[in-house]
Amino acid sequence: MKQKTNVNAEDGKQEILITRTFDLPVHLLFQAYTEPGLVEQWMGNKVLKLDNKTHGGYQFETTDGQGNVLFRANGSIHKVIENQNITRTFEMENTNFPVQLEFLDFEPIDEEMSLLTMKIVFKSVADRDQMLKLPFAEGINMAHNQLQKVLSKLK
Amino acid sequence: MNLRRDVFQAIADPTRRTILLLLASQSMTAGVIASNFDTARPTVSRHLQILTECELLKQEQQGREIYYHLNADKMKEIAEFIEPFRKYWDDRFNKLEQVMKSYKS
Repeated sequence: MKQKTNVNAEDGKQEILITRTFDLPVHLLFQAYTEPGLVEQWMGNKVLKLDNKTHGGYQFETTDGQGNVLFRANGSIHKVIENQNITRTFEMENTNFPVQLEFLDFEPIDEEMSLLTMKIVFKSVADRDQMLKLPFAEGINMAHNQLQKVLSKLK
Repeated sequence: MNLRRDVFQAIADPTRRTILLLLASQSMTAGVIASNFDTARPTVSRHLQILTECELLKQEQQGREIYYHLNADKMKEIAEFIEPFRKYWDDRFNKLEQVMKSYKS
């Protein structure tokens, strides 16, 4: 079966191409990126700011149960064309990762289906490779946190 | 010996994966790595040894200290390494689809 989400990261290049088909009309897919309430639901982050327009910006954060910030990211929104593209930067705060550039293209396949193409350009090949490794690492981190939660209940 | 299988066995262990995570952003000495764990120092050393033996880590002498860092080439060899990244986005996009489907109806 063909996977709905594909990742293409060629060796030695400083970019990642992510493509995904959705069982959603393109305007709903686009809306999922522009309405703070919806973004919060699917990304699981708190939206501190989302000024979704050309020369706008955004800031997201994730906190733990005690209100400690676990993750905060922000970026400038360079250009928005409704139901077509978002060009923006993305930077994780308090990390060594440099800012990255993201090109999001929204395309209709038919009236009920759409395609998202996300091209992420990194400062260097090494930065890209590090980002590719991150979910692997994050998955471990989450498992680790879960374990700590369970352990703290036992204490 | 099936080296490839050994690499996967090496990364199957949660402590060793956490070590790889720690070293993803910077190289560290064994002491600094061990300070991140509650386990005994020799246990961490054993994990470092296994990771080094299957070439996931490289050692580098800097003055009197030995620093451990990720062996990027070896990481690349693990083709499945990209799978968690794909899975991460797949999960997110599945969630997006689910949220928008219930939003629509």
